Amino acid sequence: MADETIHELTAAYALDALDEGERDAYEEHLATCERCRDELGTLSEATAALAYGVETPLPPPSLRGRILEEAAAERTNVVPLRRRPAFRAVAGVAAVAAGLAIGFGIWAATLHDRLGDERSASAQLRAALAVLGDTQARRISLGAKGSLVVTPSGEAALVTNRLPAAPAGKTYEAWVIRGGKPEPAGLMRGGHSIDVLKLKRPVPAHASVAVTVEPRRGSKSPTTLPILRGRA
Amino acid sequence: MRTSEVTRELAHLSDEAVVALMARSHDVALAELYDRFGRVAWGLALRVLRDEALAEDAVQEAFLTAWRTASRFVPERGSARNWLLTLVHRRAVDLVRREERRRAEPLEAAAEPAGAKGADDDALLRLERERVQGALAQLPDQQREALELAYYGGFSQSELAERLGQPLGTIKSRMFSGLARLHELLREPAPEREPWRTRPSTS
Ligand SMILES: [Zn+2]
Repeated sequence: MADETIHELTAAYALDALDEGERDAYEEHLATCERCRDELGTLSEATAALAYGVETPLPPPSLRGRILEEAAAERTNVVPLRRRPAFRAVAGVAAVAAGLAIGFGIWAATLHDRLGDERSASAQLRAALAVLGDTQARRISLGAKGSLVVTPSGEAALVTNRLPAAPAGKTYEAWVIRGGKPEPAGLMRGGHSIDVLKLKRPVPAHASVAVTVEPRRGSKSPTTLPILRGRA
Repeated sequence: MRTSEVTRELAHLSDEAVVALMARSHDVALAELYDRFGRVAWGLALRVLRDEALAEDAVQEAFLTAWRTASRFVPERGSARNWLLTLVHRRAVDLVRREERRRAEPLEAAAEPAGAKGADDDALLRLERERVQGALAQLPDQQREALELAYYGGFSQSELAERLGQPLGTIKSRMFSGLARLHELLREPAPEREPWRTRPSTS
């Protein structure tokens, strides 16, 4: 297949409309073509939406148990994960935050133990952890980029996935927007697999939260377009 | 309810965090993932395969693939939801291509499996379905036809070209334009009009 035409296979790939040979060739191409990866990211969102366009009767009740049993049976083959070197490289508070990338999940259960151990955790991080550990909190997805967690009282924490480090001289600034008016809600630098920010302001129902790139000390009001946004 | 106490502990986690846990072989994470997406996965597999036994195979294999490959999931390439539904869809398409049964049937006739509109139809799923179907209805007929035959019918682009009597290039461009337009139509409207928000330069 000529290399110029392979870019044109993105939509068909997203729809699973390639035959096996074409699919393999396209995947090989994908590994080297940023343009196709970007395009695929967008088109895949549309195909995932198509999945929700179907009638959704209840699956057979036995299906869930069969899947879990089969998975448990395979589990004996699973090699225990070794400690990931990347987590050892980061220090202090960042290590706690990065640990969340994996540990986030078990956190609600072990929050209190962890907080006891993490004496180096900053007040900001502890406050964020308290929000994340609140079992009453609601989570608002910000797509693949992260999520916003809001407790019933409006305390909120922003969790970002793989937010790149802010450019030199810049910072990320979070905003809580009520009635169209953005109010500064805290700064973050990014650069970790997971960053956690306890917002300085409460996030009431129907308010939005956005993140922009701002000069290092932050701004009074946003000077750039949001890179992340979500609504409580 | 089928949801266990342990599973509830994960309810507030992002889909991506659930997958990260699955990568560490926490089977409660797999259960949580199933509770979030099992129903959509089932509906999708049934739509493509039109056969309950095959749909069960497709859903089971997709979730087990997710279980085995969770450590390779890369959040920056897309959401965990897309990743999982892609596994389900691909498995269903692979299976349907081995079946000749559906080839002869007109697509419209099999759109809704019997009993689909049960009394316990989930309200959120129904809203989402209406939103997606509404967006599909706004596409030009030929684009919608290409997307439906490819995605729900499991036809490859070459099969589509043959079936519709069109050059492959035409099929490719209908699929591309249809998906791109669908993406635009489904993009959630800005929740508020922030004063600094200028028109995004998409396209
Ligand atoms: Zn390409």
